[in-house]
Amino acid sequence: MDFDFTEEQRLLDETVRRLVKDEYDIAKRKSYMAAPDGFSRKLWDRYAELGLLGLPFAESEGGFGGSAVEIMIVMESFGRGLVVEPYLASIVLGGGLVSLAGSAAQKQAILPQVAAGKLLLAFAHGERQSRYALADVETTATKDGSGWMLSGHKGVVLNGDSADQLIVSARSAGGSRERNGIGLFLVDAKAKGVGVRGYPTVDGLRAAEVTLDGVRVGGDAVLGVADGAYPVIEHAVDRALAALAAEAVGIMETLNAATLDYLKTRKQFGVPIGSFQALQHRMADMVVEHEQSKSMAVLAALSADLADAAERRRVISAAKVQIGRSGRFVGQQSIQLHGGIGMTDEYLAGHYFKRLTMIDQSFGDADHHLDRFAEVTLSAG
Amino acid sequence: MELAYTAEEQAFREEVRSFIRDNLPADIQDKMLNGKKMGREDFLRWHRTLHKQGWVAPNWPEEHGGTGWTPVQRHIFEDESAEAGAPPVIPFGVTMCGPVIIRFGNDWQKQFFLPKILSAEHVWCQGFSEPGSGSDLASLRTKAVRDGDHYIVNGQKTWTTSAQFADWIFNLVRTDPGAKKQEGISFLLIDMKTPGITVRPIVTMDGGAEINEVFFDNVKVPAKNLVGEENKGWTYAKFLLGNERTGIARVGASKRELKQLKQIASSERDGGRPLIENPRFRDKVAALEVELMALEITNLRMIAAMRGGKGPGPESSILKIKGSDIQQRLTELAMEALGPYAMPFQREALEAGWNEEPIGPDYAAVAAPHYFNYRKVSIYGGSNEIQRNVISKMMLGL
Ligand SMILES: Cc1cc2nc3c(=O)[nH]c(=O)nc-3n(C[C@H](O)[C@H](O)[C@H](O)COP(=O)(O)OP(=O)(O)OC[C@H]3O[C@@H](n4cnc5c(N)ncnc54)[C@H](O)[C@@H]3O)c2cc1C
Repeated sequence: MDFDFTEEQRLLDETVRRLVKDEYDIAKRKSYMAAPDGFSRKLWDRYAELGLLGLPFAESEGGFGGSAVEIMIVMESFGRGLVVEPYLASIVLGGGLVSLAGSAAQKQAILPQVAAGKLLLAFAHGERQSRYALADVETTATKDGSGWMLSGHKGVVLNGDSADQLIVSARSAGGSRERNGIGLFLVDAKAKGVGVRGYPTVDGLRAAEVTLDGVRVGGDAVLGVADGAYPVIEHAVDRALAALAAEAVGIMETLNAATLDYLKTRKQFGVPIGSFQALQHRMADMVVEHEQSKSMAVLAALSADLADAAERRRVISAAKVQIGRSGRFVGQQSIQLHGGIGMTDEYLAGHYFKRLTMIDQSFGDADHHLDRFAEVTLSAG
Repeated sequence: MELAYTAEEQAFREEVRSFIRDNLPADIQDKMLNGKKMGREDFLRWHRTLHKQGWVAPNWPEEHGGTGWTPVQRHIFEDESAEAGAPPVIPFGVTMCGPVIIRFGNDWQKQFFLPKILSAEHVWCQGFSEPGSGSDLASLRTKAVRDGDHYIVNGQKTWTTSAQFADWIFNLVRTDPGAKKQEGISFLLIDMKTPGITVRPIVTMDGGAEINEVFFDNVKVPAKNLVGEENKGWTYAKFLLGNERTGIARVGASKRELKQLKQIASSERDGGRPLIENPRFRDKVAALEVELMALEITNLRMIAAMRGGKGPGPESSILKIKGSDIQQRLTELAMEALGPYAMPFQREALEAGWNEEPIGPDYAAVAAPHYFNYRKVSIYGGSNEIQRNVISKMMLGL
């Protein structure tokens, strides 16, 4: 048993921590958010230079062959600083799907560009009715000569408004909510029939509604099998969930540190408010929740690519339940313990609280994953 | 023991209901029910309608323009108003400052201020909290120095709700720096147009602009604006905070929110079925409804106890803790119900007259901001930690 980082991992951790510390605070974050894409292209280039954007891809694909543990290291620091660059959308999800399902030619064409920071991807998957069900796909893919024609609506596509290429899930066969019959298609964001309505999200990121109105793509746009992408989607989303767990842990760390600092410095009734036992116990519980979350984020990272898909699902969902519930507690209490100052846009806590809240509602909330966990663990026989 | 309302009380409920039905403007109701932005004029239009009806200040003695209602009638009125989506009367004049003037003010103050509070010619805000004085309010430092017929006020208030559009502010100020902290405080009424007052908005994390910092730089306030005696302000403030407690449970508003939550959960789909049929979500809504039922009766029990003329005691802390908890959880569930569609930030969609196509359902835009904003209800009006201190000290003698 060994929970220590390797030497390379330690270096990675140090590098990303320092980078985030230097380049991020609430004021800087706001200035990045104000850019047209809602993030800093300059920082994106820095991430590319540092090798972060190619981290999870194989060396033969222009990457560094990192595992989910390296992604955890990056995302935890990104959580600490509340980074807005589209690492989850473009690298973990977009790049992840290409590297899991793409042909050698597709990988060669896309991943080195992604790793170099020259190409942005987004995963256009969720729909208005789908909530968190990954197989609930109504967007259609119909055969069109040697290619395909896509029609439908994709909702809350993370960083969908800055992506150069969208990876669109669409149904080529089967009934709605059936796992069989779903395909993944590479679609140029500028292609005819693609409509993108971008907007900010409540937690400071960007997303888009994407409409596909008879969009034509060639046969080579299919990632993997046109009617069998569900397992790949599930795997890529599980990796994203592990990444989100790490981000949430970083957020909780910052919130706890800020709250503890406030308890020690804020005085009321002539004493630091941290001397009130009610608040001491609350703070202690917040630390317990952070530790529990950290454990589950580690477990999730170590399980994100398990060959046993059922076990992978079980662990990832357990982690999402844990960070959802812990995040709710830590987020709410950090605001409460700050009093009025916690409610303001100027102070950092609110921003972390909002992102932490929305992480719960990304790719399945705690309830959704409790169900998924129970399905694997508790089915009779 | 009898739970039913009397025939007169039921008739009163009908009267209130039909009055609201006939008089509440549709655009205001729409804003209230759909969480859209309410401006000063929206609040005041309804305020004036209630004033014309003689119903704007149920908590005042009849000779000053009160309604003479029993506590039960007041409860019925608040309940019906909240459920129908009638805006609450801005509390700072009618609920807070008015009763202090009635009880402790001089004749001039009564004649000058009370009618204008009733008619909404004056909109008030509350200048109690300061950067260094929140829960420990008595440590406040804004000072007022007597100079002939005036006080000169210097200092800063913060978190001041509605200061951006208020005409007057009632301030707690320190007039005797040498005395024990509770004994050197006075209660001063200040015209917001007085030179030397600066209002700076504070943006809240949901993007809202309801609170402010208020700075006082050599502000000259006529001495006749002092309420009661100098250095007795803490007594008046305690009286005011005690009055604030009625309606604190916000049962009516929560019943309305619960109804809306059920509608949202019926419209939202989960695996092709209405979300409300998802057992986990359903359980959470049901459990919250049980809590709200209990709170409604707890509230009624305390109201019934007040019928004998007893004022609200430390028991009202129970109402504040549970009432705020329930309000917060209602907003939390409404946000959860939306799934990914809680994410789009559409602040413009909350403005009146916005008519672009919303992202997601039309009830989406308000959900997450409402949840974020409602973290305030366990902080203000005496934080829930302070309320627990009150229960353990005042009720339990711990
Ligand atoms: C949206 C909003 C609107 C407001 N509107 C107004 C207004 O119009 N006018 C006005 O005067 N004020 C207003 N307030 C201020 C409000 O009353 C204060 O925020 C509140 O009293 C708490 O004070 P504080 O923010 O300084 O927090 P603090 O008092 O510093 O408290 C910080 C934390 O310590 C806890 N704490 C403090 N003392 C104790 C103790 N003894 N035991 C255990 N825990 C303790 C608190 O519960 C809180 O969790 C408003 C606040 C908000 C958020």
